Amino acid sequence: MSSSLEQMYQQVILDHAKHPHGRGLAEPVEGHLGGESHQVNPTCGDEVTLRVDVAPGPGRDTVVSGVSWEGEGCSISQASVSVMTELVTGRNLADVRRLDEAFHALMGSRGKGLDDEASLDALGDGEAFTGVSQYPARIKCALLGWAALKDSLARSGALADSTGGTDD
Amino acid sequence: MTTDTVRPAPADDGLTASELAAVRADFPLLGRTVRGGRPLVYLDSAATSQKPNVVLEAEVEFYEQRNAAVHRGAHQLAEEATEAFESARSAVASFVGADDGEIVWTPGATAALNLVAYAFSNATAGRGGAEAVRFRLAPGDEIVVTEAEHHANLVPWQELCARTGAVLRWLGVDDDGRIDLSDLGTVITERTRIVAFGHVSNVTGAVAPVAELVDAARRVGAYTVLDACQSVPHLPVDVRALGVDFAAFSAHKMLGPTGVGALYARRELLEAMPPVTTGGSMVEVVTMEATTYAPPPQRFEAGTQMVAQAVGMGVAAEWLGELGMSRVARHEQELATELLRMAEIPGVRVVGPTDAEDRLAVVSFVVDGVHAHDVSQVLDDSGIAVRTGHHCAQPLHRRFGVAATTRASASVYTTVEEIAAFREALTGVRAFFGAE
Repeated sequence: MSSSLEQMYQQVILDHAKHPHGRGLAEPVEGHLGGESHQVNPTCGDEVTLRVDVAPGPGRDTVVSGVSWEGEGCSISQASVSVMTELVTGRNLADVRRLDEAFHALMGSRGKGLDDEASLDALGDGEAFTGVSQYPARIKCALLGWAALKDSLARSGALADSTGGTDD
Repeated sequence: MTTDTVRPAPADDGLTASELAAVRADFPLLGRTVRGGRPLVYLDSAATSQKPNVVLEAEVEFYEQRNAAVHRGAHQLAEEATEAFESARSAVASFVGADDGEIVWTPGATAALNLVAYAFSNATAGRGGAEAVRFRLAPGDEIVVTEAEHHANLVPWQELCARTGAVLRWLGVDDDGRIDLSDLGTVITERTRIVAFGHVSNVTGAVAPVAELVDAARRVGAYTVLDACQSVPHLPVDVRALGVDFAAFSAHKMLGPTGVGALYARRELLEAMPPVTTGGSMVEVVTMEATTYAPPPQRFEAGTQMVAQAVGMGVAAEWLGELGMSRVARHEQELATELLRMAEIPGVRVVGPTDAEDRLAVVSFVVDGVHAHDVSQVLDDSGIAVRTGHHCAQPLHRRFGVAATTRASASVYTTVEEIAAFREALTGVRAFFGAE
């Protein structure tokens, strides 16, 4: 096994793939905003259906109160949705946007990781995907769940409701 | 059924070790290393083949010595370029048992299949005059395909149905990946106008029962369209002996360049078909009011053609022809047997026929507990290039209840040793992911 393959398939990724968080679609909570998105990776057939539950509130108080999903795909895509679910649950929309940006930056880093220590810390287990960014064909696997999150948030109406109130 | 697709073999053997070594030495890319110095084991030839020096040199030689527009201009270069272009057409025609005038250059097999579909469409719209009435489709007419088709031989027919009101029907696939002929009589009927099917599945490697399908189509007066992409590079193919009306294949899967392919159609059909892509080079007389069209094959070759690539395709056909397709087929049958031994590895399941009879050396498989993408990534780490995904055949994957498979496919330059290296790497995959 080469070191780059081991960097890609870190134990934390294999563990998340085997025991994913948030799997199994949850019913929306009454009084919350909900959105669902179905994303497909047409080249390999990976799929994810993701539901987001947003507890509305003024400005920073609007939080992603729940993420649930069903999907089929490779260990990278499944682990990535799982890690993302953990990262964003309970976070406000500004935090979620920053996490999304940090993860995209990590995936664009060609294996180098992020210089910004704070962003890297914020990503938690997400840092394990640094090795994936060395393999251009697999980056879209890691981003499938994030695309579903972004789309389901847009569909929930939470982004429109919170315009101007989510940032610092 | 392959007996009537295979020409008599001059020599009944595959390739000797020294012949195979000489073949491999002709493919520069096969000598490179990947992923930190590992020798490349290229098992993705069903996606695209590698190219021998003679093909690469033919393209370079064309550009260095003979590049000019073909079929126009009286200068010497134009003559030489036209000669090279038309000689290549002859080489490709004779490689598949057709006449020169029955081969239309296309950008690839997908374009060739779309050309046929759009010719029917244009005829249905009233183009092509009285001669083309035979291609008109009406609501209630039916087009038959199979569940095993590559999207390139499925989507164009779905679209043709949508444009004409014809109805798409299909033959299913059995658990072995073979086309199920049990309801042939109810699917191919008097309403059937076109029967389109792949000669060899790009997923299962199964050879289609061409004779049965052609007979059934002929009985009801339907046209047959053969997607021959996966057969022409690996088997002796004689389109006349097969009895099909149309056949499509691409150069890049048969050791030739990308960007070129061929449509075979019986001459009388080409003569009756309305044009599809229109513009320069495919006309006779053009006035501001109306245009008359050139005879085939030029009628279907509008615009500047991919001349250097066509020359390369001709050389690829000659190169394979000199080696002898019967011997190529024998060699690859041995490779198919070696590939199928993967089924001995615990947790590995072949999707498609598990014996080497009437199937080629393209084998798709699943590994229990490990996604196809992850399988191919671990193989890649050992320098082994395989394909992952649905291989442009989603309905067939749905039939087998899987979203994706991994596929290993061989070509004339593949060795038994490479396949042994593949099996060895595959043996370690489940342990790597803790799936044991």
